[in-house]
Amino acid sequence: MSDTFTMDSPQPRLLDQTGQGVIGTPMNRPDGPRKVSGQACYTADAVTEGVAHGVLVRSTISRGRVTGMDLASVMSIDGVIDVITDPRMIRNPAQGMAGEAPVQPGDAVHYHGQPIALVVAESFEAARDAAQRLTVHYETEEASVTPEGTSASETDDPETAGDFDAAWQAAEVKVDLNFTTPSQAAAAMEPHAAIAEWKDNSVTVHSSLQMIRFNKKELADTLGIDPSQVRILAPFVGGGFGSKLGLGPEAVAAAIASQRLGRPVRVVMTRQNVFDCVLRRSETAQRVRLGATQDGRITAISHDDTVSNLDGEGFSEPVSQASQFLYGADGLSFTQTVARIAATPAGSVRAPGEAVGMLGLEAAMDELAERLGMDPVELRLKNLPDKHPMDGREYSTRRLADCLREGAENFGWAQRGAAGMRREGDWMIGMGMASAARSSMLVKSASRVRLTGDRAVVETDMTDIGTGTYAILAQITAEMLGLSPERVEVRLGDSDLPGASGSGGSFGANSAGSSTFLAARKIRRRIADLLGCAEDDLTLQGGRARGLNRDMALADLVQEELEAEATIKAGKTAESHFSSGFGAHFAEVAVNEWTGEVRVRRMLSVMSMGRILNEKTARSQALGGMIWGIGAALTEEMQNDQRDGHVVTRDLANYHVPSHADVPGDMQVLFLEERDDWANPIQTKGIGELGISGAGAAVLNAIAHATGHRVYDFPALPDRVIAAMEVEI
Amino acid sequence: MKTTLTVNGTQHEVGHDPRRTLLDTLRDDLGLTGTKKGCDHGQCGACTVLLNGERVNSCLCLTAMHDGDEITTIEGIGAPERLSALQRAFVERDGFQCGYCTPGQIMSATAMLKEIAEGSPSYVSDDLDAPKLSDGEMAERMSGNLCRCSAYPLIREAIAMAAEVKE
Ligand code: FES
Ligand code: FES
Repeated sequence: MSDTFTMDSPQPRLLDQTGQGVIGTPMNRPDGPRKVSGQACYTADAVTEGVAHGVLVRSTISRGRVTGMDLASVMSIDGVIDVITDPRMIRNPAQGMAGEAPVQPGDAVHYHGQPIALVVAESFEAARDAAQRLTVHYETEEASVTPEGTSASETDDPETAGDFDAAWQAAEVKVDLNFTTPSQAAAAMEPHAAIAEWKDNSVTVHSSLQMIRFNKKELADTLGIDPSQVRILAPFVGGGFGSKLGLGPEAVAAAIASQRLGRPVRVVMTRQNVFDCVLRRSETAQRVRLGATQDGRITAISHDDTVSNLDGEGFSEPVSQASQFLYGADGLSFTQTVARIAATPAGSVRAPGEAVGMLGLEAAMDELAERLGMDPVELRLKNLPDKHPMDGREYSTRRLADCLREGAENFGWAQRGAAGMRREGDWMIGMGMASAARSSMLVKSASRVRLTGDRAVVETDMTDIGTGTYAILAQITAEMLGLSPERVEVRLGDSDLPGASGSGGSFGANSAGSSTFLAARKIRRRIADLLGCAEDDLTLQGGRARGLNRDMALADLVQEELEAEATIKAGKTAESHFSSGFGAHFAEVAVNEWTGEVRVRRMLSVMSMGRILNEKTARSQALGGMIWGIGAALTEEMQNDQRDGHVVTRDLANYHVPSHADVPGDMQVLFLEERDDWANPIQTKGIGELGISGAGAAVLNAIAHATGHRVYDFPALPDRVIAAMEVEI
Repeated sequence: MKTTLTVNGTQHEVGHDPRRTLLDTLRDDLGLTGTKKGCDHGQCGACTVLLNGERVNSCLCLTAMHDGDEITTIEGIGAPERLSALQRAFVERDGFQCGYCTPGQIMSATAMLKEIAEGSPSYVSDDLDAPKLSDGEMAERMSGNLCRCSAYPLIREAIAMAAEVKE
C-alpha cells in the first residue's frame, strides 16, 4: 500500500503553488490548549487501575559483578512486592536508531550508576525506600574512569583533504589552540518514564521516547519477542534533546516487572537516575589549528579531538563535523581519539558534534581574526568554500554570507570597537559572533492521510517532543488539501501507526513532513479523479475543489473515506548535494571585573534553514538552541568523581541549566527565506539544532572581546574568567 | 493516615502514606496529573501549585502537613475550552515547547503577578515599596521555574501580554 518515493531529483515547489495559505504561517500549536491546562498526557500521567510502582536500583561500584542482594533486607518493608533482576535488563539506553537491544550485562557492572535491579511496591514511597536500603554485594574490579587516566583508547585514521602538513608549514599566520568542554546532560524536564502492561502475550508500553519505529524493535529484541507483540505509545514527550532517542532501562524494567507480576507497572526515573544512566554528551579535548595568508585566506584547518565512551558503545561525539564543511582550505585534517572509561555512557545530545565542536572552531576563528587584524565577520565571509571541502559535493543552498551581513547590520556590529575598551562601572562590555551550521538529513519515514468530506486525519508514529510536529503536519496536510488546519487531526506517537523517522538529528520535520506531504499528494490525485480533472488543474482551497469548470465542496465530493500512505527515503540528491542549515550568532555580554560573572545582555541569530513550515514553532526551536548555547558557554558542566566516576552533579541544583535569570529578554531571531530543492519535496532543512550550533561560541567570543582575555576551558565559570584575566595581565 | 484538602474548590479526604508528598497526592491519588514532577527536590518548579494562594513546590510539601489547606492546581486555572488570560497568552506567544514545565510556569506566574500587584519587592526591584512588572522582575521572580526547552523569553512575553490584558 505504501510505495516508497526516493529523493533522486529536485521536486517542484508544490507548497508554493497551493492556495490555502497556511504553510509557513505562525499558527498556534493545536496541542497548545491541552499543554497549558495540564491535559496533555505524558507517560507518567497515564496511570491505570492496579498499577505497581518501580524504582531502579543503581550500582555503587564502577566495575565488577553483583554477587548477591539481601532481599530479606527489603522484602519486609510494608508494600514491597518484588526485587527484580533479569538477564534481559539493559545496561543503558539504546543509541539513536539502533533498532536492536543495547548491552544486556547480566550481573556485570560496567559503570557507577548502572541500573542493576528494580524494586516494585504498592506505593512509590515504599519502592523508593526499598531501592535505597537494598544491600548489594559486589566483586569489584579496577577501572579507569577518566579519559586522562585510561590506557584503553582508539585513534582513528585522520580524515583529510589536500595536504594539511604542507599547508600548515607554509601558512603565514597561525593559531594552534587547545580547548576543553565538560560532559553535558540533556536534562529534559520530564524524567524518563515508562508504564508497561501485558495482555494476551503482547506488551503495551507508554514511554517517553523520540523514535518509536526504532524503539519498538529495540524492545522486542531486548525481551526476545516479535515486534508484533510490542506496542509503544508516546503521544506527548516532555523534551528529549537526544536523551530519549533509544529505548531506556526504565521501559525494559517496567515490561519485565509487569510480565512477572501480571499487572501494570510504572517506572519513573528519579532525577538522579536520569543523570546516572541516561546517555550524556561526552567531554571533549580539542586542538584546533588554523593557518592563513597575511590577507586572511585560510589555507590550513585541523581539528583533532579526544572524547570518551563506555566499552561496547558505538557512538562517539563527532566533534569536528562542522569544521569539515564550514570553511575551505588547501589542506584539512581531522583525527579523533575515543577513550574507553567506566562511566555513564555517552550518546547524542542536541546537535552532537556541532554543539561542542563549534565552540572550539569558532573561538579559534575569532583568535585568528585578532592575529590577522581582521574583523571576525570579514574573516568568515572571505573563507566560504565553493564546494564541500572534504568530498566536493555542491552545497544545496547556503545563505551564510547573507546571514553574516544581515546579522552584523541588525546587531550594530559596526559599533563594536577594540577589545577591552567598553565599560559600565564594574562591568566590561563586549560583542562576539560566530557562524552557525548544522547538517540536515532525510531519513526514511512513512505517514498515512485519510480524508472524509472536509476532515482529514494524519497518522504516523512520529513524535512531538516540543518541536511542533502536531502543528506542522496539520499545516502541511491543510495546505495540500485546501482545508483549514482545525479540520486536520494529527495522531502521533503510536507504534501501530506508519513508521516515521522519529525526532532526532533535526530530520523530523524534513522526513515526517515529506511523507505526510506525499500521502496528502496522493489524496489530491484521488480528488482530481473524483472531480474529473488532471491534478495540475486542481485547486483545493477553503474546503472546496475546483478544476475544469467544476467547483464542489469536499464535503459533497468526498463522501467515502480516501486513504493514502506514503514513504520517503533519501536518494541521489544526498550524494550530489550537501544540505545544511546556516546562520550567524551575535551576542553582547557584560563581565564583572571583580567577580568574573558573565551576563548575556542580548543575542541575535540570523538563520537560513530552508522553508519555514511554521514561523512560530521554528522561532521557538531557534531560541531554545541559542539558550542552550548560553548554558554551554557559561554554566553547564557535568562532574564525575575522579576516583570511581560517579556523577557528582546528579540533580538540577548541581547541574546548571540556564534559568530565566540567565536569559535576557532581548533574544532576536531572523529567518532568511530559502527553499532547499535538493533536500526533500517540501524544501526544508532541520531547525532544532542549528540554534545551538555556534551560539555558545558567540558568547565566549564576546567575553574575550569584553575583557581582552580568552577562556579555553568551557564553560566560562567566574573563576575561569578571573584566572584568564589575571594570567595575562 | 488521613488528610483533608480542598483542591480547586472541592474537598477531598485522602488516605495516604505519611511520606506522601502533596505532589504525589495530587497526581496519583486525586488524578490531577497536570502538576508535573521534574525533580522531586524543589529544584525545577514543575510541581508549582498555589497553597492558600501562595506558590509552593508541591514536591517539597508533605501531604500530612496540609490538613485543611486550600490548593489550586493548573486544572483549577482553566480547561482547554475556557483558558485563563495567562494560558491563552502562553498559547499565543508559544511560551512552551514540550509543555512539561508549563503548568508550573503558569501557576508560578499567576502568583508572581499577584505578588507584584501587592507590592512585594524582589532582589532586582528598583523601588522596594512599589515594584513594577518588567522583564528583569519577571526573569528574577520566575527563576525557580526551569524550562529546558528554553522558552524563557516567550514565557515572559506571554506573562507581560496577559498582565496587560488584565490591567
Ligand atoms: S518537582 Fe518539585 S521542584 Fe521539581
Ligand atoms: S516547555 Fe519543555 S521544559 Fe519548558
